[in-house]
Amino acid sequence: MITTSGLTKVYRSRGREVTALDGVDLHVREGEVYGVIGQSGAGKSSLIRCVNLLERPTAGTVTVAGQDLTALAGRGPRAGKELRRARSRIGMVFQHFNLLSSRTVQDNVELPLEILGTSGKERSRKALGLLDLVGLADKAKSYPAQLSGGQKQRVGIARALAGDPKVLLSDEATSALDPETTRSILQLLRDLNRQLGLTVLLITHEMDVVKSICDSAALMERGRIVESGTVGELLATPGSQLASALFPVGGEASADDRTVVDVTFHGEAATQPVISQLSRTYNIDISILGAAIDTVGGLQVGRMRIELPGRYEDNVVPIGFLREQGLEIDVLGQEPVLLKEGARL
Amino acid sequence: MQPLLEQACWDTLYMVGWSTVIAVVGGLPLGVLLVLTDRAGLLQNVLANKVIGQIVNVARSMPFIILMVALMSFTRWVTGTTIGREAAIVPLAIGAIPFFARLVETAVREVDGGLVEAVQAMGGNTWTVVRKVLVPESLPSLIASTTTTIVALIGYSAMAGTVGAGGLGDIAIRYGFQRFESELMWITVAILAVVISLIQAAGDFAARSLHHRGGRAGPAPKLRLLKAATATSKTV
Repeated sequence: MITTSGLTKVYRSRGREVTALDGVDLHVREGEVYGVIGQSGAGKSSLIRCVNLLERPTAGTVTVAGQDLTALAGRGPRAGKELRRARSRIGMVFQHFNLLSSRTVQDNVELPLEILGTSGKERSRKALGLLDLVGLADKAKSYPAQLSGGQKQRVGIARALAGDPKVLLSDEATSALDPETTRSILQLLRDLNRQLGLTVLLITHEMDVVKSICDSAALMERGRIVESGTVGELLATPGSQLASALFPVGGEASADDRTVVDVTFHGEAATQPVISQLSRTYNIDISILGAAIDTVGGLQVGRMRIELPGRYEDNVVPIGFLREQGLEIDVLGQEPVLLKEGARL
Repeated sequence: MQPLLEQACWDTLYMVGWSTVIAVVGGLPLGVLLVLTDRAGLLQNVLANKVIGQIVNVARSMPFIILMVALMSFTRWVTGTTIGREAAIVPLAIGAIPFFARLVETAVREVDGGLVEAVQAMGGNTWTVVRKVLVPESLPSLIASTTTTIVALIGYSAMAGTVGAGGLGDIAIRYGFQRFESELMWITVAILAVVISLIQAAGDFAARSLHHRGGRAGPAPKLRLLKAATATSKTV
């Protein structure tokens, strides 16, 4: 639904160049919620702004719903008619809501329809319908200043949906909200994603956002995407920073000559008594350093950090056994190269 | 004495009224253009911005009485005469356009850039941004700027007496100062004070009632506006 390839954005100011995006390839499938996470300055904002060309990429292409937007952009700094048309089919919600204080809630939702040239009657019918959808039917005549942060963001979402978009871009939509409100806004986005088949691309710096609603995620660092995939794939990737951040388990090795292994269970493997089998088969004592079960991206996932006596070299066989059981194994303190070799065992 | 003052009142209102209308019609687009053509503006054009800015600065720096003399031939071309109320409107309006334009520029610059971005993301063009965001969102400040402009124009209009345009200021100078009828002067001063207070109050009220920002905080917007108005009039 959204594809960027080789997306590069370089800002030039007073002779200095800052590379905000450095060849970003992103692929968002239709109907999924895709989260891009990263610290501030990682380039997330530039990325989402490049998707509807609020920022012109320096190089690379952006395709949304099969339409190459970078080709529509033209050469001047202003957006041509074609690009504006395309933008009207992409909804966008903002961290600071960006509602017009001079307009009522209903008039704010009608604004995109005014731009599209919809008739007055149709506009108000649609705006009221959308306000009902986001649970603010009774606030139509209020002004944004009279609403709470969560209500403002609901208005922002209703407004973003006015043009019947297939794609919704969310620029830190919950970052200015408290945890409780964040949850309700994320729930709303999830519901809209399911009900309307809306594809959502969101950027955030909060891992919880990715954890609670994303089907796929990407981690950005210094203008590059360093990890990406569906949540399931990420959890299955040994050494994945996103996976361990999404689902942290604590616990330090009790002595130097121990091997610490993170075991991730999902799907059928979660029901097998693997740890006791391991203990009995190889006659080893296993300590559990930490464990957790959680729902990530709609998947039931368990993660356990266990400690085996002896160094990694002594435990190759038991670890191989765990892998055979269909578990994701991540041996701590091992070089990624070794891990990859291990994966082929 | 009474018909004299009454006529003077009407003359002042007539001159100030028309020159305000022209100043708003001319200064609003100019002020918006100053914002749009500025660096990182929607119609970024550094050269145009510099040119407009310079014209505005030169016009602003000229004392009104000099401007009135300098514009005489232009005034004659527009109104066919250089004396009387109509002739005074031309320099008043031309003096007020750049004044108002700067106030508009300040007011429009205050509009949150995020709102502009939101409208662009909806597919709006520059004209949409001006019409739906920049002007409506800065309307309370624009009203306050208009009030400031009217008050300044009342001050300028006193000098219009030198081209035989009449008005309250003219009465104060000719009767009060030159003929030593100090009673008449104090009356005109009092009338001017009342008129200016009324206009300021009406302007503040209009600006406040358009302000939808403070749903809960009642008096805050008023304070803000007053501050904005005095701050801008100081820089003028």
